[in-house]
Amino acid sequence: MSHPLLRASLLLSLSLPFAAQAHKAWLEPSKTVLGVNQWVTVDAAASTDPFVKDHNPQRLDSLEITAPDGSRLTPENPVTGKLRSSFDLQLAQAGTYRIALVSNGLSASWEENGQRKMWPPRGQPFSAEGFAKEVPAKADQLKVLASQRRVETFVTAGKPSEGALKPSGVGLELQPISGVNDLYTDEPARFRFLLDGKPVAGLKVELIADGVRYRNAVNEIERTTGADGSFELRWPQPGLYWLSATVVDQQAPAPASERRAVYSATLEVLTP
Amino acid sequence: MRTPSLSPMTLALGGALLSAPAIAARLDLSVQIPQLEVAEYHRPYVAVWLERDDRSPVGTLALWYQQPKKGDKPAGEGPAGMAAGAEGGGKWLPDLRQWWRRGGRELSLPADGVSGATRPVGEHALSLVEGGAALKALPAGNYKLLVEAAREEGGRELLEIPFQWPAAAGQTLKAQGKSELGAVRLALSR
Repeated sequence: MSHPLLRASLLLSLSLPFAAQAHKAWLEPSKTVLGVNQWVTVDAAASTDPFVKDHNPQRLDSLEITAPDGSRLTPENPVTGKLRSSFDLQLAQAGTYRIALVSNGLSASWEENGQRKMWPPRGQPFSAEGFAKEVPAKADQLKVLASQRRVETFVTAGKPSEGALKPSGVGLELQPISGVNDLYTDEPARFRFLLDGKPVAGLKVELIADGVRYRNAVNEIERTTGADGSFELRWPQPGLYWLSATVVDQQAPAPASERRAVYSATLEVLTP
Repeated sequence: MRTPSLSPMTLALGGALLSAPAIAARLDLSVQIPQLEVAEYHRPYVAVWLERDDRSPVGTLALWYQQPKKGDKPAGEGPAGMAAGAEGGGKWLPDLRQWWRRGGRELSLPADGVSGATRPVGEHALSLVEGGAALKALPAGNYKLLVEAAREEGGRELLEIPFQWPAAAGQTLKAQGKSELGAVRLALSR
């Protein structure tokens, strides 16, 4: 069945890959500065305003938790509710932990007998088997898009460390220059963006402070990375910040013709 | 009750030491914990430490926090980052957030001559002799004394007193808290 409205919205979402992603994915840690053996609880969801639980949970099957020594950890008490997923983590090691939702996949759209087809269906995850089975190798208007997504946050037990922050070299990543957990309103913060492990210049970065619901404007902060891929900012107020950037380019593995790399991070800023 | 308030005796002693020529350099500090009219009062956690001009920490001079009870494990053992993990008193140490960042989280607890129990309302004296347990030899330069207090069900306050070392003889510097701390006095002598 081809409902005209549904078709229109599908076309729109394909033609506006970034703008149509009105829902921001985020991880929200209960605290970011802790001691060894303390527990932290993290919510994962997507919504129009960061940290407002009013839309969809994030699936936890792409969760990667990296301990300070570089090892992978399994979350405790993972649960996915209507509006958010949630899990607990005990910080048994001293240092900084990287908590990330990482997904790399392909999506395809094509026409079959004049009908628009797409895979995976909305809300379904990518799988290599599914792609091989459902997407034809040749089709009218066949367009394959590679997407690399990383949604992160960081927590530290005791003194911050860098062992968990080594870039993976895949997609868009944030490399801290002035740290990810020792952020204070009276100090400038500097970060670098890497695309496939290399600094990316001229990248537009957007930051939104928590509490959009309690003010009349989003008041997003925009920065553009310099030649060395880095940007600097001063935090206008303490609290949580949602940071994001997107790259769309042709550096796509076959059979994809276009790649979209999306990054977002939640950072906590303290009062000095 | 053991209340190490600033007695006239301490002051007199401090004065006598000041005039004596061959005495080691020292910092005499008085920290006032104010009386607060609140329904639920908990004694504040207090950290006192020194920083250099570039904000790098020299060391913690005093840390007053809720001591681990016997059998509490692993509270109060190993680095503060470790002690903070227990549900005991160490849990709230990161709330002294500047101290935590400026070396607190690396301090081994309990720290001899540095860490101790929370203090009641009143003035508390601390005498730090250069070269002693809490205060190592202090090279000449510009420093800051920081006093941070954080209280359960209450607020947090950070006071700083910049000073030059070595100090002019008999110099006394002051800072006045507004909420969690009262008067802080620092007498420098060498």
